[in-house]
Amino acid sequence: MQRGLDRPGESHVLEAYEAAGGYRAIRKALGMSPEAIIEEVKKSGLRGRGGAGFPTGTKWSFIPRDSDKPRYLLCNSDESEPGTFKDRWLLENDPHLVLEGMMVAAVAIGSHLMFNYFRGEFTYPLARWRAAVEEAYRKGYLGKGIFGSDYDLELVTHYGAGAYIAGEETGMLESLEGKKAFPRNKPPFPAVEGLFRSPTLINNTETLATVPWIVENGADSYVQYGTEKSRGTKLWSCSGPIGRPGVYELEMGYDLMEFLEGDLGGMMEGVELKGIIPGGSSVPVLTPEECRGAKLDYEGLRERGSLVGSGGFIVIGDNMSAVDCLLNLAHFYAHESCGQCTPCREGCGWIEQLVQKILDGRGTQADLETILRVSDLMAGKTICALADAMAWPAVAFIKKYPQEFAALCAEPVDMNELTAAVGRHDHILPRAS
Amino acid sequence: MAAFTMPDEAVRWIEATIARYPDRQAAMLPVLWAVQREKGWISPDAMVWVGDRLGCSASAVQAVVRFYTMFDEAPVGRWKLQVCRTLSCELMGARAIVDRIREQLGIEPGETTPDGEFTLQEVECLASCGTAPMLQCNFKFYENLTPERIDALLEELRARTPDPDDVEPVIYERPDAEAYHAMFPRAIEPAAGAREGEVA
Repeated sequence: MQRGLDRPGESHVLEAYEAAGGYRAIRKALGMSPEAIIEEVKKSGLRGRGGAGFPTGTKWSFIPRDSDKPRYLLCNSDESEPGTFKDRWLLENDPHLVLEGMMVAAVAIGSHLMFNYFRGEFTYPLARWRAAVEEAYRKGYLGKGIFGSDYDLELVTHYGAGAYIAGEETGMLESLEGKKAFPRNKPPFPAVEGLFRSPTLINNTETLATVPWIVENGADSYVQYGTEKSRGTKLWSCSGPIGRPGVYELEMGYDLMEFLEGDLGGMMEGVELKGIIPGGSSVPVLTPEECRGAKLDYEGLRERGSLVGSGGFIVIGDNMSAVDCLLNLAHFYAHESCGQCTPCREGCGWIEQLVQKILDGRGTQADLETILRVSDLMAGKTICALADAMAWPAVAFIKKYPQEFAALCAEPVDMNELTAAVGRHDHILPRAS
Repeated sequence: MAAFTMPDEAVRWIEATIARYPDRQAAMLPVLWAVQREKGWISPDAMVWVGDRLGCSASAVQAVVRFYTMFDEAPVGRWKLQVCRTLSCELMGARAIVDRIREQLGIEPGETTPDGEFTLQEVECLASCGTAPMLQCNFKFYENLTPERIDALLEELRARTPDPDDVEPVIYERPDAEAYHAMFPRAIEPAAGAREGEVA
């Protein structure tokens, strides 16, 4: 469904995109009623590919049609979730696909001004994107009366300057308004009061890039891929000491170990599998036992206690300790917490310091239990999900690799007590519904 | 003190950019980028100037400059080396990359060489995890790094002039298992001073 995967080389150029069937979906959409487009996307079962997995068509239907304010479409290309690089790949190799998806979404919600928010570091994807946008304007695909219709559609390309939290959708609104990217309290939801207090639809880059296929081929074709509850395909960004890292498009429901051992070429020589973080650094790690038999889709990963998230598939080898992994991530979240909510601002910093203390050989049983308790006090208690994104890996790494943490402590750790402590706090982890 | 100015062409670009947004302040990040690109960093005078253009206070501008990590409030080296330190890169040897740069340049992360050539920073995930370890040098990514490639890169940079339009990434061939293990000698062993935990 991502056209560029089969068109290496010139896939980013408009001519190549159209030769492969590009810009058919938007032409079709311009002949459809907005309600019909939204219905098609709803029927496809497409869920947001940025991390939260919210049903895309439903989100589109929240945009009020009777508002006298302008409506905005915002593409979230601020890809910053550690381990995720599929949006960068799309923007570099298939910018027209993303653009066409944005056009269809804009027409569906009646938006005449759309934004694409890039992370500031994406200079090369941005250059490719700007060239694509220029091509589209020159062809009359953007601007006044797109594709010969009477629909006007303008685009502003925006770029950030280094802030993970600007990828959170309401943080992005603040950022795009020229402020610190502090996530907003909800309600009001962006669909009602978003950018400049107007109704705003925010979708992830990959989500929008999936839309043209659905509109062109119909939801009935799309639902033939994937599983009952996880329709279609998903891009997975694969990294770590494996044979063939990179971006892969998989049908939902693909077997995790078959993917690792087959497509990804297994582990690198001399490295054994320690665990896999399947959906970007914010989701709980899976042990090799949990990976076996796991299916790569929303229900399959949730059943194992993890999530699809952004599809950042990070493979961890036995040459790095679980304690090092958690320290690395704690440093990340402590650095990226915006500081607005106390549990997150203080909690991320505490966790980082305590894990560092353990790595330095000065840790105790009480420190491990403090990490668990602090995590519990963070999850679900803040404006946005960054606190959960710290709390989940913290509890998951200690729960699944307790010996590694205990081995570094300065005093003997009572493993039964540690297990009991984990049991008091692991209710915050995702579980099968 | 001389008043802060920007070249006419940059001012025209800034005004045209502001006009694209429904609200002037929304152009904050692109305008700050234009200033940093022109001056190399964002001075207090620049913040006043930007505030005037956008119709907000200099303190509102400063709050934004401090919030986003890519803006510099002080001059940096001619080459800004930003090594990704986040998990996928650490798993592939990012520490060996930082260590090699520290040794070669004699500076710690956050510092600039006395000759003003290089600034070294550790930064968070840059979405190049499949080609880790990597760094961003000014506006360009270098991916699939090894310590040896760092040596060659530093030498090459010394002889080159920065070009903000040169953004196409350099993606080296992926290090093989041998090169990987050479970068990643760390094994699971208790840190100095720690002792083995006992199961009760």
